[in-house]
Amino acid sequence: MRKHLLEVADLDRADATLVLDTTAQIEQALAGREVKKLPTLRGRTVVNLFFEDSTRTRISFELAAKRLSADVINFSAKGSSVSKGESLKDTALTLEAMGADGIVVRHSASGAPHRLAQWVQGSVVNAGDGTHEHPTQALLDAYTIRQRLGRLDGVRVAVVGDVLHSRVARSNVGLLTTLGAEVTLVAPPTLLPVGVETWPVTVSYDLDAVLPKADVVMMLRVQAERMNASFFPSAREYSRRYGLDGRRMAVLPDDAIVMHPGPMNRGMEIAAEVADSPRSTIVAQVGNGVSVRMAVLYLLLGGAPE
Amino acid sequence: MTLIKNVKPYGEEAVDIRITDGRITEMAPGLDGDDVLDGAGLIALPGLVDLHTHLREPGREDAETVETGSRAAALGGFTAVHAMANTDPVADTAGVVEQVWRLGQEAGLVDVVPVGAVTVGLGGTQLAELGAMADSAARVRVFSDDGHCVADPALMRRALEYVKALDGVVAQHAEEPRLTVGAQMNEGERSARLGLTGWPAAAEEAVIARDVLLAQHVGARLHVCHVSTAGSVDILRWAKARGVQVTAEVTPHHLLLTDELAETYDPVYKVNPPLRTDADVQALRAGLADGTIDAVATDHAPHAVEDKESEWAAARPGMLGLEQALSIVVQTMVEPGLLNWRGVADRMSVRPAAIGRLETHGRPLAVGEPANLLLLDPAHSAVVDPAALASRSRNSPYAGRELPGRVVATFLRGVPTVLDGKAQK
Repeated sequence: MRKHLLEVADLDRADATLVLDTTAQIEQALAGREVKKLPTLRGRTVVNLFFEDSTRTRISFELAAKRLSADVINFSAKGSSVSKGESLKDTALTLEAMGADGIVVRHSASGAPHRLAQWVQGSVVNAGDGTHEHPTQALLDAYTIRQRLGRLDGVRVAVVGDVLHSRVARSNVGLLTTLGAEVTLVAPPTLLPVGVETWPVTVSYDLDAVLPKADVVMMLRVQAERMNASFFPSAREYSRRYGLDGRRMAVLPDDAIVMHPGPMNRGMEIAAEVADSPRSTIVAQVGNGVSVRMAVLYLLLGGAPE
Repeated sequence: MTLIKNVKPYGEEAVDIRITDGRITEMAPGLDGDDVLDGAGLIALPGLVDLHTHLREPGREDAETVETGSRAAALGGFTAVHAMANTDPVADTAGVVEQVWRLGQEAGLVDVVPVGAVTVGLGGTQLAELGAMADSAARVRVFSDDGHCVADPALMRRALEYVKALDGVVAQHAEEPRLTVGAQMNEGERSARLGLTGWPAAAEEAVIARDVLLAQHVGARLHVCHVSTAGSVDILRWAKARGVQVTAEVTPHHLLLTDELAETYDPVYKVNPPLRTDADVQALRAGLADGTIDAVATDHAPHAVEDKESEWAAARPGMLGLEQALSIVVQTMVEPGLLNWRGVADRMSVRPAAIGRLETHGRPLAVGEPANLLLLDPAHSAVVDPAALASRSRNSPYAGRELPGRVVATFLRGVPTVLDGKAQK
């Protein structure tokens, strides 16, 4: 494992598999325990540095660090946005002086964790940077797929929605293909980046054509405000063409699962009947998120097992 | 009086050059005299002329001043630089351009030629008093809202027409603003992967295409700043073939660097227009070689440390260029055989001086001409150390790169501004 987890390209297939296997070991170790806590990172300090509001991700990382017995500091720098130009470097130096062993960073600017990693001694974990990457989300998605389908090699994954602005999509494309899955991106052309043709994926504009051959459908959050910038004409039209409703779910193969990184726009990209169906792994993803983040912190801060 | 011995004008036959009272008075072998400078192994070129420099004064004297920028220019072999108008206050009145011009005279290292803003406050809505700036002591001939595009097509048409009466030229920063909202880097495979908002080539090319048609329609001169894409070169080639009075410049960094550098997320590589692809770099070199692109212009853009030591999106665009411009042209154009030394003189001195209507710069190395010249040691190469630069800022994208050529001396009207590679003021 490298020192930082800034993007999924930091993980080769062996590293990624190690994270998933470690996640499984941690879940086994904690299963049935009354005190859900391991002593592994006792005396270590993990800082959750959130320049962007994300209660869900912050809580997940906080719980992961606490279950490993680390000291956790939540450093919310919300409001000190990029436009106000608060110095990321000054924040980094402050954390450095406090002796942070691990820094979990969420930032609205793509590449901010890369900059941070140049200024601090501790390990930096990217908890989502702008429209770039969200590697632990991809790891928990991969873990969830493996848990439900028993494998990743050859699994056909359709990632549907706003790929252009999605850090989740970028991380999943990289990680899932590294682990042998076949990824198809499905979106209106306006929500695919120029240059997507160089990615190791198949691209489709037609959700209905893709669904019968998908083992996994990963729905991305689509912000209705995107229609104001003409990415699509209206929320209704988007939903009709790219939303996953009960009728579309019915054409999926029998064992196929439906994923969503949350938060969902019910009725927009995903219908309530789909989100709440047995195919949905949305709640399992949240639970797996804690375990995967424990594995990442353990491997980066506690050293890999012999 | 100075006598330069055994120097090669344009890299050709070695001669001695005598400078008296600011002019070249003799060029022949075997001259005798006092105040001798050994030019053996050195190449003499006309003093370089930059059409595009940001000197930051007035307003951001923490990043650069007219004096520090002039020193950087002289060290780079320049004898004249055009100071862009996006200062604070904006150079959109006779008062501000005269202030910048006077500061340049006081520094006395290069001729600082102010560029006037096209529109009031660079706002893009109302023409600035172009005539007043042209008639001022600064004698403004180049007008530009650089940093912003004159995006309104009707206003651009009027600006092109109006400056005809001033023998002026509009230097357009070609960037369709609606296509570059939030843009951070070249739009393509790398921006897709890095999650940085793309700046499409078409946003530059569309404006150039529009403006060459407007320039032809109204019979005006147009200059295009910092051309950065292969498509722009094609459009310019087409326009010149049709007889449009269009000229264009390319920056040293667009001749050398590509968007691959954005992968570091280090904003020292953030610039507007952005670094493009290798195919663009090759097209720009070819365009400069065949004269489709008339001039190399630095777009020297100093920035304070805090404006660059940040997240990519928060950083200001721009990079230093004055002190390395000639070295980069040597590396990208001379060494591969795309330009000879006369070609370098043409693209870095003769043509930019003609575009800016400077009468005493861009003149040939010949008896009777003003002694604005530089001496270059082509055999020398050195690693760039930003801390050693004369600029007040440190945002050089060339840090750690070994570049060929060293400006040994620069003369402005016969007075050495640089000797032995050191500024004389």
